[in-house]
Amino acid sequence: MMVDLGKYAGTVLSAYGVSLVLIGGIVALSLWRARRMKAQLRAVEERVKHGL
Amino acid sequence: MASIWRYANPKKFIETSDRVLPVIAWGAVAALVVGLVWGFFFTPEDYRQGSTVKIIYIHVPAAMMAINAWAMMLVASLIWLVRRHHVSALAARAAAPVGAVMTVIALATGAIWGQPMWGTWWAWDPRLTSFLILFLFYLGYSALWAAVEDDDTAADLTAILCIVGSVFALLSRYAVNFWNQGLHQGASVMRAGAIAGDTQERVSNVFAAPLFVCMAGFVLLFVALVLLRTQTEIRARRMRALLARERMG
Repeated sequence: MMVDLGKYAGTVLSAYGVSLVLIGGIVALSLWRARRMKAQLRAVEERVKHGL
Repeated sequence: MASIWRYANPKKFIETSDRVLPVIAWGAVAALVVGLVWGFFFTPEDYRQGSTVKIIYIHVPAAMMAINAWAMMLVASLIWLVRRHHVSALAARAAAPVGAVMTVIALATGAIWGQPMWGTWWAWDPRLTSFLILFLFYLGYSALWAAVEDDDTAADLTAILCIVGSVFALLSRYAVNFWNQGLHQGASVMRAGAIAGDTQERVSNVFAAPLFVCMAGFVLLFVALVLLRTQTEIRARRMRALLARERMG
């Protein structure tokens, strides 16, 4: 399934590359921060609950 | 009918968004994969733009979401100012980085496309310039949230900034209608003639069909990210409150 992009191959591929990296970046960052915050809040709630 | 305001309760918001998030996220993945593969592999070249026409499948949906993200932040900010629901202020905060990324994608893909088509990476054209200013507003908005320690004060100040920035979000959308100058072409997907079915006015169906699938994918991606990030902001706020209470003994 190859596409002939002709003389604009570099242009099209770089536009897709930059966009996919940025989208992947914001998705990964959002997931990572969500997991980290969930774990941190759980730890703080446990500490408060047990008065540690 | 149950009131929409029940979702202003953080616990209710997290419960409901936990249920719908997987559906929206997988919907976004499916629409993006179908739309991008369709557009990239199964559409022809444009007779003038050549294969660079394939960039519209990313550029147009990203530009659309860059403006709509700010519109969503405006609505959430107004809800905060009027009804003082914390979830709406946190949703606006959560949307800002996503909107900023969409703006960068629109600017970057536009510049990459413009180099071979216009012979320049950048021009101080009304639409391009208003998009750049919109991006600076996104940065300023997020910086203001981070700079103010008190959550309510930060929400008040950023809500006002959001209202001011809405002028540039509007300009980004309608700049080409206000000024008949500049390099950027007018709207060709969502214009009156196109919607009314005038074939001279609109993008050909062969390009429009995958483009609409990509637009749906970007909308779903935005909603999924905002729901996830709003949950994170709610948890972060609760943690700050617990830690403050702990410090006070």
